Amino acid sequence: MSLIKVENLSKQFGNLTAVNNISFEVTEGTIFGFLGPNGAGKTTTINILCTLLAPTSGKTYIAGHDCLKEPSEVRKNIGIVFQDTTLDKDLTAYENLMFHACLYDVKRSVIKERINDALNFVGLFERKDDLVKKYSGGMKRRLEVARGMIHRPKVLFLDEPTLGLDPQTRAHLWEFIIELPKKHNVTVFMTTHYMEEAEVCNNIAIIDNGKIIAAGTPEELKKTVGGDVIYIRTSDNARAKNEIEKLFNLEVSEKDNELFLTALRGDACIPEIIKAVGETVLSVRLQRPTLNDAFLKMTGRQIREQNGSPEDTIKEAVRSYRRRHDRG
Amino acid sequence: MIEVNAVYVLIARDFKKFIREKGRLISTFARPLIWLFLVGGGMSRLVSPGMGLSYMQFIFPGILGMTILFSAIFSSISIIWDKEFGLMKAILVAPVSRLSIVVGKALSGTIISVIQAAVILMLFPFLGIKLSLLSAVSALAVSFLLAFSISALGIIIASFLESMESFSAIMNFIVMPMFFLSGAMYPVKNLPEILKLISKLNPLTYGIDALKHAIFPDAGIFDFPLPADLGILIISSAVFVIIAGIMFERKKTK
Ligand SMILES: Nc1ncnc2c1ncn2[C@@H]1O[C@H](COP(=O)(O)OP(=O)(O)OP(=O)(O)O)[C@@H](O)[C@H]1O
Ligand SMILES: [Mg+2]
Repeated sequence: MSLIKVENLSKQFGNLTAVNNISFEVTEGTIFGFLGPNGAGKTTTINILCTLLAPTSGKTYIAGHDCLKEPSEVRKNIGIVFQDTTLDKDLTAYENLMFHACLYDVKRSVIKERINDALNFVGLFERKDDLVKKYSGGMKRRLEVARGMIHRPKVLFLDEPTLGLDPQTRAHLWEFIIELPKKHNVTVFMTTHYMEEAEVCNNIAIIDNGKIIAAGTPEELKKTVGGDVIYIRTSDNARAKNEIEKLFNLEVSEKDNELFLTALRGDACIPEIIKAVGETVLSVRLQRPTLNDAFLKMTGRQIREQNGSPEDTIKEAVRSYRRRHDRG
Repeated sequence: MIEVNAVYVLIARDFKKFIREKGRLISTFARPLIWLFLVGGGMSRLVSPGMGLSYMQFIFPGILGMTILFSAIFSSISIIWDKEFGLMKAILVAPVSRLSIVVGKALSGTIISVIQAAVILMLFPFLGIKLSLLSAVSALAVSFLLAFSISALGIIIASFLESMESFSAIMNFIVMPMFFLSGAMYPVKNLPEILKLISKLNPLTYGIDALKHAIFPDAGIFDFPLPADLGILIISSAVFVIIAGIMFERKKTK
């Protein structure tokens, strides 16, 4: 069953088209990744789905309820971790969760248990009585995930859950995001910049300039790159090149004294290569295509441009800073 | 239409923060004390309002009104912080009616303001005022109505603003004029017509007038009959809450 359904959704801000006629569905119990560069329209889409923003045209449904016409039904079914932190820094972690639980009218009899469970789940139980302003960025993020789950929503939105966190904290956060569908029977809709993080998704849509340019499982998207890349170093590159080209009927290129070729199933090709030119081989390595390669192939640029527009770079730096320091 | 749990938790949160912030607690009490004793005390040597009251006594209801005005506006304006730091988004995606959010916020401003007004009211013996129990209770009841009306007005103001940068503009162009054109420091009767008209549109005017009725029932320093004051406070409260609710209900389409 589709828990999220988006049909021909568009959103215009003045004459800027932030979301341009997108459609997709998310199946119950799966993790859906919404990937795209800065300004692609990810947050705008989430804001429409969570009833904070009215679309210019198109329809959106959560658990069968129209987001525009039945906002309170939709709100009962969703939990959100916004891109920018939305905790009350002057309250403790426990009070933040209590505030949220009361707002969602969680039953008195289960409220304490839920909060304690949630705090344990994200490993913050020992720090529950600290003011949130004393929390690190990663702790705040984990607390927000816990908060988003307190009322047991059917759908959990995570907008850039790991942006601005160090790799260790990111990995830690992912550990319990991955557990969510099984443990709490929740459907996860997440956005991210980090392509490698999207590997955990069951399905992915890639959005660029407001349009969905590709959708499918991570495997399907990676296949569009055209296969794995095999790199070989030999003592006699000219001869090896010749042999391998004859063997697979494929073009082999050379760069920095290293041969490389693209093959659909690289792992299966390696034994044959060794058999053919074995005695001269010095090293072989295989590179699997990443989602980054897929994005690169589809748009001609990296999702996280090293030299992105200065505005984006600053925007992101400020966000990371805010998240790490108390302002977040 | 109104969810009790949401109203309760919005009040509980503000109350917790109110008693936690020592700095704010001190400054909210310092302002009325300064006006009462430094301004009121000094002016007492210069002006005598008659009717058997000293100037300091005369402005006492006005200082109560001022306490409520600042406290209620400040409490409602904190919504702008919630918008800036995002918590408001988290509240708005919760399954609670916008009216509950507005009522919860207005009531939390009201309760905090009435507590402060009650503390200031306890100063009456130092001003040589004789206050009957009935007067004290009536003054608190009026404070409640006034605080609710001003809090709701504050929410309407906050709903127009996205950042705290406009805070001093609100203070200078809304709060201070409301204070001076309310009969708090001098009777509005003798003001030029245009200012008199503005003071008649100011809910604080009726609140302070009703406080004068409650505290000095026999002094005859009122501008309006008590039922008119109360009626206007009740009607303005209802109108402000409804407008604030509508402001919150509007979808952001820009
Ligand atoms: N309230 C708004 N008013 C005007 N333009 C807006 C508004 N919100 C978003 N936009 C514009 O819409 C486009 C999409 O923004 P959105 O925030 O959805 O991007 P995003 O994919 O979430 O990007 P990021 O990765 O930086 O968070 C951007 O060009 C942005 O400037
Ligand atoms: Mg975004």
